[in-house]
Amino acid sequence: MTRSTYLFSLVCLIIAAVLFGRVIPAWTLSLATVAASNALIALGIVVLSRTGNVSFGQGLFFAAGGYGVALLAHSWGITDAVLQVVIGAVCGGVLGLIIGPLIARYTGIFFGMLTLALSMVLYGALVKTTVLGGSDGFNVGRPTLFGTAFTDPRDADFMLYAVSVVATGLAGIAATVFFRSQLGLMSLAVRENNLRVEYLGTSANRIVTINFVIAAIFAGASGALSLMAQRHIDPQFAYWTTSGEFVFIAILAGSQSVAAVFVASLALELVRSFSNLYLPNTWQLVLGLFLLAVILFLPRGIGSLWTSAKRKPNEPPPSPVIVEKGSAT
Amino acid sequence: MTTPVLSVHGLGKRFGAVVAADNINIDIPAGQKVSLIGANGAGKTTFVNMVTGYTKPDSGQINLDGSPLGKRSPRDVAKLGISRSFQIPQLFIELSTAENLTVAVSSATDRPLSGVAPAEANGCRDQALALLDRFGLAAHADRPVSELAGGVRKLVDIAMALARRPKLLLLDEPTSGVSAEEKFATMDRVIHAVSGGAATIVFVEHDMDIVSKYADRVVAFYNGRILADGIPDQVLKDAEVRRYVTGGAR
Amino acid sequence: MNFFLTIILDGLIEASWLFIVALGLTLVFGVLKILNIAHGSFYALGAYLAATAVTFVAARGLPPALGFVVMLVSVAIIAALIGLVLERGLLKMFYGRDEVVLLLVTYAVFLMLEDITKLIWGVNPIYANQPYELFGNVEFAGLFYVGYDLALIPMSIAIGLAVWFGLNRTVTGKIVSAVIHNAEMSASMGVRINRVYAIAFAVGVLLAALAGALTAPKISVQPGLSSEVIILSFAIVVIGGLGSVEGAAVGAILVGMARAASVHLLPQAELFMIYLIMAAVLMFKPEGLFRRETARRI
Repeated sequence: MTRSTYLFSLVCLIIAAVLFGRVIPAWTLSLATVAASNALIALGIVVLSRTGNVSFGQGLFFAAGGYGVALLAHSWGITDAVLQVVIGAVCGGVLGLIIGPLIARYTGIFFGMLTLALSMVLYGALVKTTVLGGSDGFNVGRPTLFGTAFTDPRDADFMLYAVSVVATGLAGIAATVFFRSQLGLMSLAVRENNLRVEYLGTSANRIVTINFVIAAIFAGASGALSLMAQRHIDPQFAYWTTSGEFVFIAILAGSQSVAAVFVASLALELVRSFSNLYLPNTWQLVLGLFLLAVILFLPRGIGSLWTSAKRKPNEPPPSPVIVEKGSAT
Repeated sequence: MTTPVLSVHGLGKRFGAVVAADNINIDIPAGQKVSLIGANGAGKTTFVNMVTGYTKPDSGQINLDGSPLGKRSPRDVAKLGISRSFQIPQLFIELSTAENLTVAVSSATDRPLSGVAPAEANGCRDQALALLDRFGLAAHADRPVSELAGGVRKLVDIAMALARRPKLLLLDEPTSGVSAEEKFATMDRVIHAVSGGAATIVFVEHDMDIVSKYADRVVAFYNGRILADGIPDQVLKDAEVRRYVTGGAR
Repeated sequence: MNFFLTIILDGLIEASWLFIVALGLTLVFGVLKILNIAHGSFYALGAYLAATAVTFVAARGLPPALGFVVMLVSVAIIAALIGLVLERGLLKMFYGRDEVVLLLVTYAVFLMLEDITKLIWGVNPIYANQPYELFGNVEFAGLFYVGYDLALIPMSIAIGLAVWFGLNRTVTGKIVSAVIHNAEMSASMGVRINRVYAIAFAVGVLLAALAGALTAPKISVQPGLSSEVIILSFAIVVIGGLGSVEGAAVGAILVGMARAASVHLLPQAELFMIYLIMAAVLMFKPEGLFRRETARRI
């Protein structure tokens, strides 16, 4: 299958997923919408993790996107869903461009801690900013699409589902292309040996920053989607547990396949819904057990269930988000 | 007289109480094969680290083709045309051999890296495979580097340093870890892989057989100072060198 | 003058319980190299257990002082046991793998404990106020303080000294210090690493729970405590230096003071100030104010 055929089939997959939304029941629709949005931000974490850096503070860009869109919706009356996603992405991206170069020099645990600290700085600032509603946040109205308002909740939900699936799907395609590109390979090289990358004449920091900005863009867009789904924004978007959940999905998925991120996100939402339905106050317990099971039995994430160990010649090798100690000399 | 490729004046470096470099002066003309010898801790690797910009000297100057390197980082030094290989091979362990070389080759081009074009495109993979072929490593192309034996990894490490067709190639113990029978074959391959044998090469080496055979010139280090500098026959017979470096074996 | 004294005293009171929690976290990191995300959950557990103990004692009409002691002792014992079971039963399965793995395991434990505490104690706040009156009210330079709050300061110092003494003046402590510096070397010298890990983790959990028990009388014990406390103690430990006892003390004082100062001077800064300091420390002195190891940079 040639490259363009492959990409075309992915686009068809997205269209099929959107159309599928018309036939599934309402509760599945909203579940899938949330799952798509979470998958988007988790995908960003996976992209960045390929440089060896795990961000524990994506909530920073998630909130930046959400608040950015919410504020513009209020002051300039921008309600178009597509536009909101773009604005969210831009907000995330701009913030990523500012912060990226500052923290790209740090690696491993320090990088993670720094991203966490920065997201908590935003959280702290937002909670105390009364103009933005403090810890209560504020509400926004329903999004529109290309000028059309959707009064029937069923239609509104479908519109949101479609926008989410398309946005996330396109991001997934972009990520797939990126992983196989020169920059994609260089990202893995940075993870494996950033010193050698420097000695070969490439700036490892620049590579990390590029991946960081991509993750920030995805997070900002996801923030916009969450805002549209909840029609509400508050500082919790930037809280460390929110960021933690996204990292959870990324770990669950592993970094072998983009599709695994969607499956992992969907799995999380299903677990959450069913736990809330049948055993209130247990979904975190179930999640915790689930995480332990994945760490024990699927150290390379859900993706390893269908990606075989034998790689095709031109494909980057399976790279677990959790790298085994001692594997790099 | 033509400008030497590498010109080092008054280079000095201390790490606390340890003198790693003490008034080092070396001029290396183009095409010369220079071997650095000396006991462990004598300052050879520090010298290589300073020439490649990894360690900043306390004093002195390093010139490449007459221009000072200044405070350039290893990245900028690499772009100027100085490449090095490492004592312990610095590879991208989880990637395949071909991918390791592809990374080196795509770094070597002046074009910015693409986030869309596949890694193999623009002839990068072809060049990578060609480099592997020069070292007889084509068979290992798609195997992950983690599966390769130590001596083979050494070759991959050196091959990566060649991707930039460097003006000056620094090899840190190129034959250590390579089996006795393979050592000469390895050095043959390395010397001829660069500019058909015409490149300027500086290699740190402990094996005096290799030194005698491949070096035009030998520089002996001891406690950060240059003990002797001349043709192999001369240096290796020098009394002080025999005392402090080679142990009088020859 | 009084104003500054207020800030200093408030800051020290805050620092007292923060120090105990942070001490536990930094010890566990120092010895086991684990960043225990569930540390805050053990704090909460301590608070909940304390509340139960206090209610139990009060229901039997026993004097509050006895209740206080019972509370502390029972929490200490239960926490240490939980720590031992968790370390031997769960954590040790993941040793030898990358540091991120253990981080995720403790995150899983955090998630599970969140719900377990809700299942045992419910979602509504509970209270354990009886010990709060133990020391009456104190007047100090024209300021009025609850005796219990001020008592936290010497209690915290005592615990700090006990840990310091334990680490530096006892044989077991010296062994633990050796493991902190180089686990592999210690093991090859014959140290029973497994034992040290188990003890260190148990002490860490004990300290967290103790801090929770000590603060329980002055707060409302409810869900959400754990996520607040872990991020706060994490900030302290990063500021002071991961694995450093002195660092935990300095970090706690710094954070406690920053909090007290913000509350009185600039309430808006209260929350983000601490994380700003944490971010600044990470950027300019990543090893913390006290730790010797440096972060790897290009």
